[in-house]
Amino acid sequence: MRMFKAVGLLALLAIAIAFPLVFPNPAVTTIALFALMFAAAASGWNIFSGYTGYIALGHAVYFGLGAYALAIMCQDWHIPGGYLPFLLVPVAGLVAAAFAIPLGWISLRVRRHTFVVITIAVFFIFQLLAFNLTQITNGSIGLGFPIPIDWFGNVNNFPFYNFPFYYVTLAILLLAIAISWWVRNSKYGLGLLAIRDDEDRALGLGVKTGPSKLAAFVISAFIVGMVGATWAYYVEAIYPDTAFDALFDVAIALMAFLGGLGTISGPILGALLLESTQQYFALQLVSPGYYLIAYGALFLVVMLLLPRGIIPTLNERWAKFKVTRLQRQQDSGAIVTALPTPGDGAENVDRKEEINL
Amino acid sequence: MFGLIVEAIVLGILTGGVYALMASGLTLVFGVMDIINVGQGALVILGAYLSYYLEQQFHIDLFLGLLITMPLMFGLGLLIEFLFIRPIKRDRTMLSILVTFGVALIIEGTLNLIFTANNVKLQAWYITASFQVGGFYLPYIYVFSFLLAVVLLGGLYLLLYRTKFGFSLRASMQNRTSAELIGINVERVSAITFGIGIGLAAAGGMAYGATNAFNAGSAYDLISRLLAIIIFGGMGSLQGALIASVGMLVIEDVTAVVWSPVWASTVFFILLVVILLVRPQGLFGKAEARKQ
Repeated sequence: MRMFKAVGLLALLAIAIAFPLVFPNPAVTTIALFALMFAAAASGWNIFSGYTGYIALGHAVYFGLGAYALAIMCQDWHIPGGYLPFLLVPVAGLVAAAFAIPLGWISLRVRRHTFVVITIAVFFIFQLLAFNLTQITNGSIGLGFPIPIDWFGNVNNFPFYNFPFYYVTLAILLLAIAISWWVRNSKYGLGLLAIRDDEDRALGLGVKTGPSKLAAFVISAFIVGMVGATWAYYVEAIYPDTAFDALFDVAIALMAFLGGLGTISGPILGALLLESTQQYFALQLVSPGYYLIAYGALFLVVMLLLPRGIIPTLNERWAKFKVTRLQRQQDSGAIVTALPTPGDGAENVDRKEEINL
Repeated sequence: MFGLIVEAIVLGILTGGVYALMASGLTLVFGVMDIINVGQGALVILGAYLSYYLEQQFHIDLFLGLLITMPLMFGLGLLIEFLFIRPIKRDRTMLSILVTFGVALIIEGTLNLIFTANNVKLQAWYITASFQVGGFYLPYIYVFSFLLAVVLLGGLYLLLYRTKFGFSLRASMQNRTSAELIGINVERVSAITFGIGIGLAAAGGMAYGATNAFNAGSAYDLISRLLAIIIFGGMGSLQGALIASVGMLVIEDVTAVVWSPVWASTVFFILLVVILLVRPQGLFGKAEARKQ
């Protein structure tokens, strides 16, 4: 089974690497690129919000900070286009993480409900600052980037233009998955899950709740910041309302909810599904009104029909299926000891999914 | 300069009343139902557009039009509560934010389709006419909408503290389970509270639309201020929402005069962060106790 899983994951990785080579059509690679960006961002967001149960609706702050950090570095240090800005992407992520330390410290002083609202308020503060600090951010005129040059020294050679961005984003996604996997399987992550289930009891059991939450918050800001920087270099020009986008805040949360909050693969699955749908909507439904309605309706359907997400629901189905199969074997005379009963107490343990992936 | 500051303070108090209307609905709903209605901004704008539509199509006076729009929005509130809030069984607070955001997106999209993205402003004689008081001119609408806010909030006070429904509501606010145990139909109370919150949003929307040019996108600006107000005042506290609304608008208007209009709301937000450092639960909020 373990072997099987490892081979499956390697196959998925191979598909992800080969994807743009097989489908070099720029329209397809663009959608894939955005889907990967959101997968990385949602996965980073999940490290904090999914594991601790504190829903942050202000991660666009770190997305925007990463974007602006890269733009300002490129501008002030006169970085030419090409591959150099990609090397600065982790630095931009660190800038976002550095901002996340005081912001996380302030907003994590309160418990869940107020925390959500404070993150939203912090988001609006940063959007306003981006508009108003004109010396640094250039206000609503926005900041530009040097033009990316591809492998062959051509500017905007289209079929290949997306390639470097695709692989950089894939690298960020892999990093996010690795951190997410490590957190989920470490004692530290166990502490975070304990905070999610019952914070006071976790504190009583010796989990350092404050520093644990803050560390997870900073890690997630780092990943989201790197995604923001890559995104900014890709779109070439950033403005306060695109870098600090209220829709981004909720989009990554929705993606994680759709796939399954607090699972490793859930946010990635949710992001791949939703972002490709969204890109499709954006291409098909030109009027912003229809686009918003379609997106909002999708939102409601997901939240009301699948409040627990795809992965946990599937896991539950699979567990039930196994139980019924066991029962059937028992009926036909096979000896089964210690039979798990189907459904019993499933409602009570609904937040503690047994299977990690 | 002194005169300008006095003018800013007066204007701040008058517009603060209007924000109190919108914020009281939000904080009341949080107090009773433990949900955060991030769609409140979009609903305020919907209220403003309803008044605009009635005024443009049927030439109904803005204040008279409220007799139509407020019951209409109350009904819409009941519908939203029934369709989208009630089915949420677990993780109410978190999921409610996402669900009401979805509602807000649909409203914003619909308004964009019907009324386009151009800014509109409500028309009436009392919006353009003004009277002199002290050293400056004050448009009538500021006084009228402040009076409207006083009347409606007074009515809300009577409803909360002098009627049987008010007792049920406050009981549900204090402890949902105990309220259920003594025979209060908490689901019904919740639905009506949600309706009231949105009915008040309709009135706030009319007053907002009369003093600001707006389009469907104004909802974002509004909801950010409303959320800041209810955190500042303490989530679930009505008097906190009233004081925070007036305080916020006065601070903004005074900042706009003595410093610069672009920094007006930033100063308030920064003050909010400072307050939260000292009192994480806001001015009048109860410290969050352990659940169970």
